[in-house]
Amino acid sequence: MTAQIAKSSIPGPMQALWNIVRFLLKSPTSAFGLIVIAVLVIVALLAPWIATHDPYAQDLQNVLQAPGGAHLFGTDELGRDIFSRIVWGTRITLTIIFLVSIVVGPIGLAVGTTSGYIGGKFDTVMMRITDIFLSFPSLILSLAFVAALGPSLNNAIIAIALTSWPPIARLARAETLTFRSADYVAAARLQGASTGRIIFKSIVPMCLPSVLIRITLNMATVILTAAGLGFLGLGAQPPMPEWGAMIAMGRRYMIDSWWLVTFPGIAILCVSLAFNLLGDGLRDALDPKQMNRK
Amino acid sequence: MKSVDIRNLSITLGHGAKAVKILPDVSFSVAKGECFGLVGESGSGKSTILRCMSLLLTQWDGKITIGGKDVRQMPLIERCRTLQMVFQDPYGSLHPRQSVRTVLHEPLRIHGMDNRQERMERAITEVGLPVDFLDRYPHQLSGGQRQRVAIARALILEPSVLLLDEPTSALDVSVQAEILNLLSDLRAKRGFTYIMVSHDLAVVDYMCDRFAVMQAGEIVEILDREALDGNKATKPYARQLIEASLEYDSAV
Repeated sequence: MTAQIAKSSIPGPMQALWNIVRFLLKSPTSAFGLIVIAVLVIVALLAPWIATHDPYAQDLQNVLQAPGGAHLFGTDELGRDIFSRIVWGTRITLTIIFLVSIVVGPIGLAVGTTSGYIGGKFDTVMMRITDIFLSFPSLILSLAFVAALGPSLNNAIIAIALTSWPPIARLARAETLTFRSADYVAAARLQGASTGRIIFKSIVPMCLPSVLIRITLNMATVILTAAGLGFLGLGAQPPMPEWGAMIAMGRRYMIDSWWLVTFPGIAILCVSLAFNLLGDGLRDALDPKQMNRK
Repeated sequence: MKSVDIRNLSITLGHGAKAVKILPDVSFSVAKGECFGLVGESGSGKSTILRCMSLLLTQWDGKITIGGKDVRQMPLIERCRTLQMVFQDPYGSLHPRQSVRTVLHEPLRIHGMDNRQERMERAITEVGLPVDFLDRYPHQLSGGQRQRVAIARALILEPSVLLLDEPTSALDVSVQAEILNLLSDLRAKRGFTYIMVSHDLAVVDYMCDRFAVMQAGEIVEILDREALDGNKATKPYARQLIEASLEYDSAV
């Protein structure tokens, strides 16, 4: 019992975070995910120092150089260094993921928890709206949004955010339905807590772990959708070093110069795989039963 | 101290020909400072009555008054400070991610009460827990300690009526006695009016002055505690229930 008291005197959130990281590092797959994402973040932060060349500098003397020598991953059709472009591309990828998650999480949570807790007609209306969004393939819906808003990276982010909140809202609602009749919610009502207070203080904290897991798993899809939009020319516009756009540009030279599409492709694969594995690991780490075992 | 009066409480679900009465017609009154028990088999509507009184259920007809005031007319804040409830399962009635401090602090914040630290410390000592338990989370507490926290949460708003929904049935026997002693001490000290649901007649015998035997949503008979000795119930169902309980106790 004394050990427990000593443990709880360390700042709670930091301790919990450290516990989760330690848990993730224990299993090889989630450790891989965590490490790849850590590398991604470091590369994005240190891009100016890691990149060997200016990602926008064209060198028409040196087009379509094979990997090796002065250019680690070779050069593209305008003589730009592919390695440097991929390094700078991490910033774009991270920006997309960050902005989409920060928009999608709160929207999904708000819609899901309110409709789950309030129920009745409000629930029906909100869930039918969610159904409408869910019934489109997300890439097609993003395409429609981008077509309406005009092709640019920011519009791609808005479009992806608009298409990826419904699964989170669904999840939050399902979780809320299991908690809304719990005794601690009844107790909060008896204390005179308003609906907003109950949702914010009692229900959201209970939904948060599964929503976080869902968002992490969603990040892989976000990367792929962003790359897809980039590939179709509706996301990041040239000359931005966005990975999907790089593949799109390299497609024409693919037969002779495999490195144009291979390296950005591997980057997309690694990062989306890493987010998937991390999401799986988080699901285990945030499982209350696992937490109790520690 | 406030008295409680329930007149013609009924719940009907559905409309017209399909209407079903799940609580036909319940009336009883509880005097100031009394402990009143509700006993009966499961599904007989004991907990439902408590949920109607606390307006967790609102689809009922009839009239419930506390201290002469209709609960439906009472403003929310006043109602919360008149009546509080302790739930059956201490594992489900405390929010798993809120510390004891948060659990006790929330009602004070909602009601804008002052001297919060003092009030929290008093509530936690009143239920027999040390003050440093304020920083614990429910998973760091035993079942009995959790139920004490739940009682502290109910007490912190200084209500005059406490609804107890089988407060000990989820606890093991030695802890049951502790919680029952705590509840009767609190009543002696603070003069609460208790309405207690139980299916354990030994608990009722220990705690309650009077009790009502319920069957299928109806009150079969209202008896004094003394009626338990030698089974002085007059209605067959009440006799049967008490008899069964006495036999069970002697068998154990």
